[in-house]
Amino acid sequence: MLYDIFIDPFVQMYDMPDFFLQVLWEGFVAGILYALIALGFVLIFKASGVFNFAQGIMVVFAGLTLVGLHENGVPAYLALILTIGVMGVLAYGVERVVMRPLVNQPEIILLMATIGLTYFLVGFGEFVFGGEPKQMITQELGLPTGSTAFEIGDRGLIILQHIDIAAAVIAVIMVTALGLFFNKTRIGRALRAVADDHQAALSVGISLNQIWAIVWFAAGLVALATGIMWGARSDVSFALEIVAFKALPVLILGGFTSIPGAIVGGLIIGFGEKIGELYWGGLVGGGVESWLAYIIALVFLLFRPQGLFGERIIERI
Amino acid sequence: MFYREAGQFKTSYKADQALFPILQDRIGIAAILLIAFVAIPLFASDFFLTSIMIPFLVFALAAIGLNVLTGYCGQLSLGTGAFMGVGAYAAYKLTTAFPDANVIVMVLLSGVFSAAIGAVFGLPSLRIKGLYLAVTTLAAQFFLEWCFIRIPWLYNDNASGAIEVPRREMFGFIVTGAEALPITRYFVVLCITAGIAYLMANVLRGRIGRSWMMIRDMDIAAELMGVRPLQTKLMAFAVSSYICGVAGAMMVFFWLNAAEPSSYSIRLSFQILFMVILGGLGSLGGAFMGAAFIWILPVLLKFVPGMLGMDIAAETVEHATFMIVGALIIFFLIVEPHGFARLWQIAKQKLRVWPFPY
Repeated sequence: MLYDIFIDPFVQMYDMPDFFLQVLWEGFVAGILYALIALGFVLIFKASGVFNFAQGIMVVFAGLTLVGLHENGVPAYLALILTIGVMGVLAYGVERVVMRPLVNQPEIILLMATIGLTYFLVGFGEFVFGGEPKQMITQELGLPTGSTAFEIGDRGLIILQHIDIAAAVIAVIMVTALGLFFNKTRIGRALRAVADDHQAALSVGISLNQIWAIVWFAAGLVALATGIMWGARSDVSFALEIVAFKALPVLILGGFTSIPGAIVGGLIIGFGEKIGELYWGGLVGGGVESWLAYIIALVFLLFRPQGLFGERIIERI
Repeated sequence: MFYREAGQFKTSYKADQALFPILQDRIGIAAILLIAFVAIPLFASDFFLTSIMIPFLVFALAAIGLNVLTGYCGQLSLGTGAFMGVGAYAAYKLTTAFPDANVIVMVLLSGVFSAAIGAVFGLPSLRIKGLYLAVTTLAAQFFLEWCFIRIPWLYNDNASGAIEVPRREMFGFIVTGAEALPITRYFVVLCITAGIAYLMANVLRGRIGRSWMMIRDMDIAAELMGVRPLQTKLMAFAVSSYICGVAGAMMVFFWLNAAEPSSYSIRLSFQILFMVILGGLGSLGGAFMGAAFIWILPVLLKFVPGMLGMDIAAETVEHATFMIVGALIIFFLIVEPHGFARLWQIAKQKLRVWPFPY
């Protein structure tokens, strides 16, 4: 038993480096996707202190809108632009209808409001696009679909899907763009000011409403990118909503307010989950992927309650 | 005018400390109990009992359980569904292991197991607060759900992987199993829910409940004033999980007859949390009102198109129901973030001063 836990997995890793590398790559890709979902959470949490449970369903909704538009004969790129427009309308609507009346409520109320929004979007999405999973229009969008096999010396080969590489590249571009946007532009500075202190930001003439609409729109764009990437790997379906919960341990690891934290946390969870599942999961009957991420986050939290990059929690009476 | 306590003098400490010190409240409660115990069994159809009243009472009990933890002790939990599942599986194991024992005792006993597991998952609450704690309770949710699927011992190695409630009798009545009459089940569920609600109403205004509220309002200050956080928080987790466990066991024993792991998924946790929030955090009456709203509204919505003579596919109705419920949740959160309990208080104040505005 002890041998199975402590020695055997490492022996396997050494004996089959190609398999190990493949597992690492899978973990990396899963981590990137978790990180993208977490990024949407972080954007909104930073600017408004709202823990947006609807991010998962926004991913599904964006993907469905894109595919649904294309199915109805809209060319792929036009559909993409239209979907961006839809996410903009959604952002404005959420800000106007949900967030604005709920300003200054306790966080649990805001959390529940976003879960209510989730219900609404689930119903609306199924109403408009039907409940069946849909195929993502990968080729029409000009995304690569093939795969390349790499040989590692003489010890086997690993297979990289091109779409995964594209996902990683897009994630890097997006994080860089968001970083630049936050640090170099006028709106970005306003966003950071709002994140720091709502009242102080208001007093220097920053419009909270406008900022929130922008943030929700940015989160919508991130959701769209995530939807395309995830949809290309599997299907666009409402099952993705559950996967989006995986973004929560990612957030915990990275801290709720840190963009680099979301990326690093996503990668840790992605690697940990895949390695745990493939090397240790068999010992307890498999399927540990569904909860391992949470347990990792839980153990981590016991030692560092504010996450890797989170702001230090100071308690005052 | 209608709800005026003026002139009701209390002459003893006992009268002053009564659960319902005001006459109108006592009349109201008596009327509700009369309706629940006499009127509904006399006049309600089987359909009304099985698809509205029994689930409503079960969910109300679960909402009370979560309310103890979230509303009174301030610890946000998203693992309610899993704790209910623990109760259900524990009750199933108990009643199959001891077929001759009284099934209601087994249901009440099953809560002890979920209380123990709830206390274990409550341990992180000593270091983690707020939304972070919510995520750790998600760990409980997904881990326990996984256990329900992967540990065949829990469902006695069934081929189906689901638990099916065996037939059990008590005093000559069939209480559980497919043959049990809706009216028998209704009475059992009603008695358990009312009993636990009464018990909790007293616990919550006693020393234990007050120390929970101190922890909720400001934990550091409570600690300085001599409330021990470890015991208090763990007790809140244990009591809450006990009630949720009993509710979960009742859900499968007296309502569904059979349950799969997916019956206790995160959707259930959210549903219960909605009941608590919409009903009003920190209010037992609110738990009932929230449960009524979240459970009965979708059931009623399903009948609306038929009543209006519209011919709409069942699927469409379901999607529309989802949308409407989501929109209504947001609407009520905006209108009254403190829930129906606050609306009821406002109504009481209006009744008190009627016909004057204030």
